[in-house]
Amino acid sequence: MSASSEKYEAVIGLEVHAQLLTRSKIFCGCSTEFGAPPNTHVCPVCCGMPGVLPVFNRRVLELAIRMGLAAHCTIAPRSIFDRKNYFYPDLPKGYQISQYETPLCKGGYIELPGDGDNGGPTRIRLVRIHLEEDAGKNIHAPDCSLVDFNRSGVPLTEIVSEPDIRTPEQAGAYLRELRSMLRYLEVSDGNMEEGSFRCDANVSVRPRGSDSLGVKTEVKNMNSFRHVEHAIAYEIERQIELLEAGERVVQETRLWDPDRGVTRPMRSKEYAHDYRYFPEPDLPPLIVPPDLVEQIRIAMPELPAARRARYTSEMGLTPYEANVLTQEREIADYFEAVLPGLKNRKAAANWVMTEVLRVVNESGRGVAQSVPAPAEVGSLLKMVEDGAISLNAAKTAFAAMCKSGKNAKATVSELGLLQVSDEAAIAAACDEVICAEPAKVAEYRGGRDKLFGFFVGQVMKAMGGKANPKIINEVLRRKLAAS
Amino acid sequence: MATDSFRLTITEARELLRKRELSAVELTRACLDRIDAVEPLLNSFITVCADEALAQAREADRRLAKGGAPPLCGIPLAIKDIYATRGVRTTCASKILENFVPTYDATVIARLRAEGAVFVGKANLDEFAMGSSTENSAFGPTRNPYDTQRVAGGSSGGSAAAVAADQCLGSLGTDTGGSIREPASFCGVVGIKPTYSRVSRFGIVAYASSLDQVGPFGKTVRDCAIMLRSLAGADPADSTCSTRPVPDYEAALSGEVKGMRIGVPKEFFVEGMQADVENAVRAAIAHYQSAGARVVEVSLPHTQYAVAAYYLIATAEASANLERYDGIRYGVRVEADNLLDLYRKTRARGFGAEVKRRIMLGTFALSTGYYDAYYLKAQKVRTLIKRDFDQAFACCDLIATPTAPTTAFRLGEKMSDPLQMYLSDIFTISVNLAGLPGLALPCGYDAEGMPIGLQLIGPAFGEEIILRAGDAYERSGVLTRKPAVV
Repeated sequence: MSASSEKYEAVIGLEVHAQLLTRSKIFCGCSTEFGAPPNTHVCPVCCGMPGVLPVFNRRVLELAIRMGLAAHCTIAPRSIFDRKNYFYPDLPKGYQISQYETPLCKGGYIELPGDGDNGGPTRIRLVRIHLEEDAGKNIHAPDCSLVDFNRSGVPLTEIVSEPDIRTPEQAGAYLRELRSMLRYLEVSDGNMEEGSFRCDANVSVRPRGSDSLGVKTEVKNMNSFRHVEHAIAYEIERQIELLEAGERVVQETRLWDPDRGVTRPMRSKEYAHDYRYFPEPDLPPLIVPPDLVEQIRIAMPELPAARRARYTSEMGLTPYEANVLTQEREIADYFEAVLPGLKNRKAAANWVMTEVLRVVNESGRGVAQSVPAPAEVGSLLKMVEDGAISLNAAKTAFAAMCKSGKNAKATVSELGLLQVSDEAAIAAACDEVICAEPAKVAEYRGGRDKLFGFFVGQVMKAMGGKANPKIINEVLRRKLAAS
Repeated sequence: MATDSFRLTITEARELLRKRELSAVELTRACLDRIDAVEPLLNSFITVCADEALAQAREADRRLAKGGAPPLCGIPLAIKDIYATRGVRTTCASKILENFVPTYDATVIARLRAEGAVFVGKANLDEFAMGSSTENSAFGPTRNPYDTQRVAGGSSGGSAAAVAADQCLGSLGTDTGGSIREPASFCGVVGIKPTYSRVSRFGIVAYASSLDQVGPFGKTVRDCAIMLRSLAGADPADSTCSTRPVPDYEAALSGEVKGMRIGVPKEFFVEGMQADVENAVRAAIAHYQSAGARVVEVSLPHTQYAVAAYYLIATAEASANLERYDGIRYGVRVEADNLLDLYRKTRARGFGAEVKRRIMLGTFALSTGYYDAYYLKAQKVRTLIKRDFDQAFACCDLIATPTAPTTAFRLGEKMSDPLQMYLSDIFTISVNLAGLPGLALPCGYDAEGMPIGLQLIGPAFGEEIILRAGDAYERSGVLTRKPAVV
């Protein structure tokens, strides 16, 4: 952080568009599937043909309410759709059906995980969560421009935060938490590459300690969490430099250029709109029956924040560990399914964070498709706990299980990984090693403690690597000490 | 018989078709011949669908032969060219949709198709239903069958003229501010605008979504009742469409008006209205009284604000509804160097003057800084107008008024003065703002022989009572209908 940036504080608000996980679009029956050939998931309604009318997909309502409840919002018993008017080739009706004055969800907050150093969790308040339809996609060829309307009418929620965020890192943490919540709730897949999770940032800076807000810019076109953090960091520095040079920040929309690592202003024509919002006459008001909200509330899964709290307070995990384990619901569920019968939860946590996550990440597939069932990992760890196999043997077995799909017991016995805990056999091996290396024994007894490891290694080698190292240690120490 | 079967009503033709004394093909051919004969004088149609109509008629004959065919099976109808018709171009009388052929049917078209109705053609209208004379058509004006120097009314002028001139037995129009009732009045036919939400709007090219409503034209009230029953009813593709059961409107035509309370609003008899119109409407009301109805004076005090409120709400909605005509996906496109110019040139060339005027009015009414003063205020006026009607219907069963302040005016007479043109709908507009049903039927002729229209307004979903009252008047024989001169 430069000296001048010490003088300033950034004020950041984020607008996130998350695609809802419905099979069909928000106002017609077309599929929402990603990646289909252009203009194959289209009909007269989502292409804005003359005379067609929208019909609201009720599934959208349930998903959005789920997110609203998770973010502690007030769910409006009656909200309305509005038309947001602007011309663009990817917007077939010339207006987007959205919600303006009466969003479905108001207020609420997202709780960011504490990092353990700076104390407890941070709350980022929300302004609103509303429903809207996505636009199509313009594709620019060298000699012409084309439009693909497959995405037109895909249901979105727009989640708007208060300007409570202060740093690029916090913006990243907010987005990760939001994405994690959406995935826990099965409201959105949160996939940034496929465009089902998009973010715009409103950024301004002000002298540290000031209550008033500086002039903000809106930054768009950020396609990953890293881009968001970089773009915001760049924008903060840019604004500070302007102010330090005695210049003013211009209120404008800027695009993040990931190749050059800068933001640049959008041409004014691209955004100078008076959207002329007015109530959508083709749709009746959206009435939310109170019992629907209760039904959804009762069926809510445990959210990441609650899990994190449980992991630290009940299991004694560190905030870091709790955070890593809870980011994806699949992983947290997996971790909890490993636990039954195990005493050492910390060891289980470590195993999931290292071994399981490594394989899952490398495979690029889902948990169920890449690692053995959690009960099998549990039984593997139980064997370690009981001293039946070594930690290294467990890793070997795990790798084999990932490939073969066989269970833990069969794998351990097939690979002959069961370790010898028979003290008599280990003692015999120790005696052999001691007899075979009289010189080293003398050195050790003369004070070269470091040689202990050598003896352990020799005994282990003599026993084909399967002896229980704890028992080897005990026996060797005893035998080497006795002279 | 067969050669002038085009003069039949739907009620008459239905009987002959069922008894197989007339075939749908004969009837359709008679109408198509009639169209050929009088179309050069009238210009009721943008597209005549002779081949399709005959094919539909042949199919209808097969169904009629089997017996038990639905009421409109084999009946030749004209469709306002604002209804999407699969495979038949749907222009909205606009250059911008000159060659637009929908891949889908409007819900009501699909229903009529399923009944075996025959579509003889797509009727002329004011561009995008914006107008009161059918002069705002990119395909030329429709002329009045009672006097070809006069307008047919609008915006459903083609649909009204086609029925008046016996080019079809019935037709479909749309009514946003009077677009069925005013031309029905001008052309001496019957037209009903049902309660908002009674009939599906899916596939009807939108002008003003909160006001647009589908309705039929017929030679008689009974014909309209028959058609309305086939049109009305819930539609999963239109979420604003009512799910109320559809009554048998024809069964409601008892001919009885005894004890009916007919409200007469003083605000609808204004200075400057044509004396013949006032006299004919008052005579019709007196007839009801003599037939046993009670006439009560009612007040609709906010009527004077209706036209102003309408031209803010309707144009605001239109400004958004017409945004989709951008030259990108369908319709006319004028190529340009950049996107903005493509939009500008396409829309400048594609839309006519009245459409542009209304888009500008509506865009202005919705703009930041003006929204509250115009759009929002107009919505408040709309609420007051609805309340006026609620209060009036507390002491009457239906309301009787003139349909229009004058009979059909001359072609070109009001084209240079949009405000005068807008006032043609002064008696019909408040009914749309309140979402109520309104029936227009002939109740006399002025000194020059032009038809005069009586308007009967019902409470929401009160179609049965206004149809019953209209039919009773018609059946009383108090009015001798004059045929059109064409």
